[in-house]
Amino acid sequence: MIARRLFSSDRRIAVTIATLLAAAVIVPVLNLAVPADSVFHMPSYVVALVGKYLCYALLALALDLVWGYCGILSLGHGAFFALGGYAMGMYLMRQIGARGVYGNPDLPDFMVFLNWKELPLYWLGFDQFWFAALMVMAVPGLLAFVFGWFAFRSRVTGVYLSIITQAMTYALLLAFFRNDMGFGGNNGLTDFKDILGFSVQASETRSALFAASALALALGVLVTWMVVGSKYGKLLMAVRDAESRTRFLGWRAENVKLFAFTLSAVMAGIAGALYVPQVGIINPGEFDPANSIEVVIWTAVGGRGTIVGPIVGALAVNAAKSWFTSALPEFWLFALGGLFIASTLFLPRGIVGLWDRWQAMRATRRAPSGQSNAAARTEPQPAE
Amino acid sequence: MQFVRKLVLAVIVVCASLPSLARADDAGLRATLARVATARNFQETEAVVRDLAATGEPAVERILSALADGNLYIRKSGQGVFIGKEDGQTIALADPVAGAAAGTAAKGDLTKVKVNNALRRTIRDAMGGLTLGSDDPAARLSAAGIMLKRPDIAALPALDAAIARETDAKVKAALAQARAATVLVSDLGEAEKLAAIGVLSNRGDSDALAQLTAFRAASTGVLAETAARSVQHIESSMAAWQVAQNVWYGISLGSVLLLAAIGLAITFGVMGVINMAHGEMVMLGAYTTFVVQQAIRAFAPDLFDWSLAFALPAAFLVAGGVGLAIERGMIRFLYGRPLETLLATWGVSLILQQAVRTIFGPTNQEVGAPSWMAGAFQLGQLTITWSRLWIVLFCLAVFLVLVFVMKRTSWGLRMRAVTQNRRMAASMGIRTPWVDAFTFALGSGIAGIAGVALGQIDNVSPNFGQGYIIDSFMVVVFGGVGNLWGTFIGAMTLGVLNKFLEPYAGAVLGKILVLVLIILFIQKRPRGLFALKGRAVEA
Repeated sequence: MIARRLFSSDRRIAVTIATLLAAAVIVPVLNLAVPADSVFHMPSYVVALVGKYLCYALLALALDLVWGYCGILSLGHGAFFALGGYAMGMYLMRQIGARGVYGNPDLPDFMVFLNWKELPLYWLGFDQFWFAALMVMAVPGLLAFVFGWFAFRSRVTGVYLSIITQAMTYALLLAFFRNDMGFGGNNGLTDFKDILGFSVQASETRSALFAASALALALGVLVTWMVVGSKYGKLLMAVRDAESRTRFLGWRAENVKLFAFTLSAVMAGIAGALYVPQVGIINPGEFDPANSIEVVIWTAVGGRGTIVGPIVGALAVNAAKSWFTSALPEFWLFALGGLFIASTLFLPRGIVGLWDRWQAMRATRRAPSGQSNAAARTEPQPAE
Repeated sequence: MQFVRKLVLAVIVVCASLPSLARADDAGLRATLARVATARNFQETEAVVRDLAATGEPAVERILSALADGNLYIRKSGQGVFIGKEDGQTIALADPVAGAAAGTAAKGDLTKVKVNNALRRTIRDAMGGLTLGSDDPAARLSAAGIMLKRPDIAALPALDAAIARETDAKVKAALAQARAATVLVSDLGEAEKLAAIGVLSNRGDSDALAQLTAFRAASTGVLAETAARSVQHIESSMAAWQVAQNVWYGISLGSVLLLAAIGLAITFGVMGVINMAHGEMVMLGAYTTFVVQQAIRAFAPDLFDWSLAFALPAAFLVAGGVGLAIERGMIRFLYGRPLETLLATWGVSLILQQAVRTIFGPTNQEVGAPSWMAGAFQLGQLTITWSRLWIVLFCLAVFLVLVFVMKRTSWGLRMRAVTQNRRMAASMGIRTPWVDAFTFALGSGIAGIAGVALGQIDNVSPNFGQGYIIDSFMVVVFGGVGNLWGTFIGAMTLGVLNKFLEPYAGAVLGKILVLVLIILFIQKRPRGLFALKGRAVEA
């Protein structure tokens, strides 16, 4: 039923999901089954790189759910991403077992180095994958729930909310830098060996992780689409466009926001968990407020308030970043800064909005009279 | 042991009172020194150190400090003790008594005279005694300090002689305190000891406290009671000074926060614009100072002490000009969309950072301090550095000028009118676009001025501004938007709170706690400490 609704009502979503599912199959095949000297062979580092981008895309999609559809500009989504990453990193650390530099079967290397005698309580259970997977979603979700419960109930909105989300990720950054937190301090968690018994370095595992990222993103798209298309989604956009009016109509705006915020944090946590085994490290740098703002720009460039936009934005900006930082490292910040300015001044609806306008113009030319601006009007302009 | 000690002190007294006569011959010194080579353990070396100190020769100071630094060597073949200076694989030797150069030797030919901590302490004490008769008041002062910390009954006559001879009031007081500490460990009468307790009680620092606590434990009766009272007195006064010190550090940090945040308070308060490039305006101010100082060094080095006076207007103009350009070129298209403004100004901040990095390089730039900002002075038990004091004063001056401009000039009136009700102000004939533009320029210019001051206490690098931006936001949000006094109180509260939390929680945890407290505070008062009321809030 979902599939039928999908194909009949929103072709763009369907195409996105289909592309992601296809990529989840084709990329591993190109990497593993096609011989290395063939033109169609996909090197492992490209697989890892694109897999990383897909995690970023999921993070951007999570942010879009709260920013694009609910008007909450979170400058702290990197924190949820990093928390999910840390939960996964803790599982991967426990899988190292006695193969660390110090060969201690019970403690990760950094704890041996810091003279810790036993595993802290909050590390218990992380040697089980199911527990870690649960924590990947529970920890960011819980933080978002508590944070949002306080913030939305006392009607902290607009830039104030943005600033305190930034303060939240900054406080976490400082906290995770401390050695006594028990998360590896400055160096974070790294030197991973196995995930579910498979070596994280092996191309087969990398391909599997890529496929998992693509599937997770496809699932994220589906969930977001279903949420946004439901009655609750209408409410979400009502809160975005006129919060006071929605409240006066009898809806509990804070609950509407809280659900979106928590769901979004869970999505960000999953993205972080898939990201960590692919890059092989998680450290407090991921909490840097600058990272969270970069996520915002991916979403803005792609087109907020659309489902495909953040994915396009994350892929495009990160591909540009990879190219710039190797070809013209000096100019990357100029380009990124320019992107921030240009996308806010000239592209308020992002790449997807531009595409829509172009489509609308073509439609107008084909049918000069009648429903000229219909396509351009399909989605309302998001208000602050 | 006791005999040697007495001998040392007797010699010190002789040296101190009759420096011209106290010239033992070099041969005696050399003979004593030669025993270092045959010393089998640290105790024996210690005895040699005492005997050396007992000679009272000026050369002894050089020998002992070389020994303490591990620069005293013994030649393996044959006899001979030298002061050496490592130079790659060889060691440049110097005669320890005469101080003249004595050739070089390979590392393998020499053995270093080993020292341990106990020996280092003995050396330090011996040198303290040696310097009691020094010509340099500072050396005498430090000698008095050492004798206070480690009082020795035998030193009493030496101290009495030194006090009688002393002309410098400050040194004399220190010597009297050292004598008081010595009296407490001596077998003198009760009256003398009571007076000594009084002297130490007046000194009132941790050293005096240590001596009095030890004395209280060892004595009985009236003396113990008096000592206990004094200990209590010192403890409470020290606690008060500790609080005063935290308050001062807090004010100092608060004024740094205020300087960084006040420009932001203006732009955010009046225009509702979140300027993420604010930190970069501070950075531009710091770099302007650097450029001005380079120019002054090149063309008029005599004026270097005035460099900050030139840098202030320059920084104001540079940062204000850039701010004006940002407002006219970008922000005015984004009014009414605060979140987008936030992103666009973040873009500006990235560009400015990279531009500065491209022009000046990624490393820290050296911003010099004028001579009147160097050094520190003592206020009671507080050590106050001049640079911090000037920054606090400067910050207050900037704040007061700004309050004056806002409250007492027609321009400030217009600015406040626009803050309170933009449309009404426009209807009254105020050109709100111009007010916006100049407000933004003013806020940026103030940030530039802040950069001149903050460049004095922080590393000037392209990331300079990033360190301040989050703190500045916290101050503005905490204090409440659109209210300069709110910003002032917010900055000072956060500064003092931070410094009071630091001793208990550590610097990082203290900062985290402050952030968490602010987040909680915002829940309680979503619009800050001093919120605007009425319709302006929702506008």
